[in-house]
Amino acid sequence: MSVFKDAGHLFRFAGLFVLAFIVFWAIRGYVVPKSFGQYGHYRGNAIGEIAARSVHFAGHDTCETCHTDVLDVKKNGKHAHVNCEACHGALAKHADDPASVTPPKLDTAVLCVRCHATTAAKPKGFPQVSAEEHSTGLPCETCHQPHSPAMVAGGAK
Amino acid sequence: MNISRRQMLILLPAAAVAWKSVLAGTPESSPNYKMSEHWWSMLIDISKCIGCGNCVRACQTENDVPDGYFRTWVERYHVSDENMTNPEVISPDGGKEGFPEAKEDGGKYFYVPKLCNQCADSPCTQVCPVGATFVTPDGAVLVDQTYCLGCAYCVQACPYGCRYIHPQKKVVDKCTLCYHRITKGLTTACCEACPTGARQLADLKNPNDPIHAFLKTHSVQVLKPQMATGAKVFYNDLDGSVR
Repeated sequence: MSVFKDAGHLFRFAGLFVLAFIVFWAIRGYVVPKSFGQYGHYRGNAIGEIAARSVHFAGHDTCETCHTDVLDVKKNGKHAHVNCEACHGALAKHADDPASVTPPKLDTAVLCVRCHATTAAKPKGFPQVSAEEHSTGLPCETCHQPHSPAMVAGGAK
Repeated sequence: MNISRRQMLILLPAAAVAWKSVLAGTPESSPNYKMSEHWWSMLIDISKCIGCGNCVRACQTENDVPDGYFRTWVERYHVSDENMTNPEVISPDGGKEGFPEAKEDGGKYFYVPKLCNQCADSPCTQVCPVGATFVTPDGAVLVDQTYCLGCAYCVQACPYGCRYIHPQKKVVDKCTLCYHRITKGLTTACCEACPTGARQLADLKNPNDPIHAFLKTHSVQVLKPQMATGAKVFYNDLDGSVR
């Protein structure tokens, strides 16, 4: 094989190259997570990990499985479309263990005003009041029941 | 205790109903969820937003967002008569505690809730050097925080300013479209807490989703369409002055 005479240095170099490639491939196989590339250039398992995070808001469907009485009051009122946790806050813990986790009492003076305080920036059709002029400091629930806020006959005026 | 056959037959369905309501307590992660069957987006109706800040607070609670950082926030635009092209935009603490009272002055006011636009061709995912942020097969833009280096390339790449470096974790954090909720059949925390229905989670692959009827009957726009990001947060009634 006169062609490869004096070519020993090339084979040694090629051998080194192959060895380096094998080492690279071994390290890569060890370092790159198994699920990398499952869906794209990222770790596929990350999707499942993010999906497994815990929930804080139980969702109105969960509330309605027990609180059907409130649902009956709400359904014909102006607040029918307002989800429970919009006012009551995140209550997944309560839904998990209704006996030991009690939802905090709400302050209508803060909650009602949050949505219904007058400002020129709100959509024109949205019911707005200036708290001082409207109620002269009376708590909102004196006249309005938050679950169905229309004035009831006989309510204090 | 002796139970007759008749009593047993009455008790069994009652027990089944009771057990069903126990199971309904908190939705479990659904093993039946198939990523290929969904393509998530959101619909924001500006004509319904009252700037109460419920969404911002709900997001912070649901996702443990640190104070002063926002996965979603609300901006108030004021376009005055004298200066129609330069609206005044405010967002005090992301609109978390509402907004100062606005006085009628002939101009127009409106609120614009913002969040990650869950772009289909997202600039942020393209610049990540390590594959730590990506668009899932069901259309959510997520961050793998165990993989993120915190280099903040994506923070700069996002045209909507929706990403931040988490002050404690030192890695990127952003809106996940409540991926841990929508995969369990729930809506996002912001949509759950929105009292007026200004925010609606939508699944573009679900033919029964009301978004299809809405898109057909309304003039809906995305933010910065000239960026060709494939943004999937659709705004109804969006004013041209919104940046």
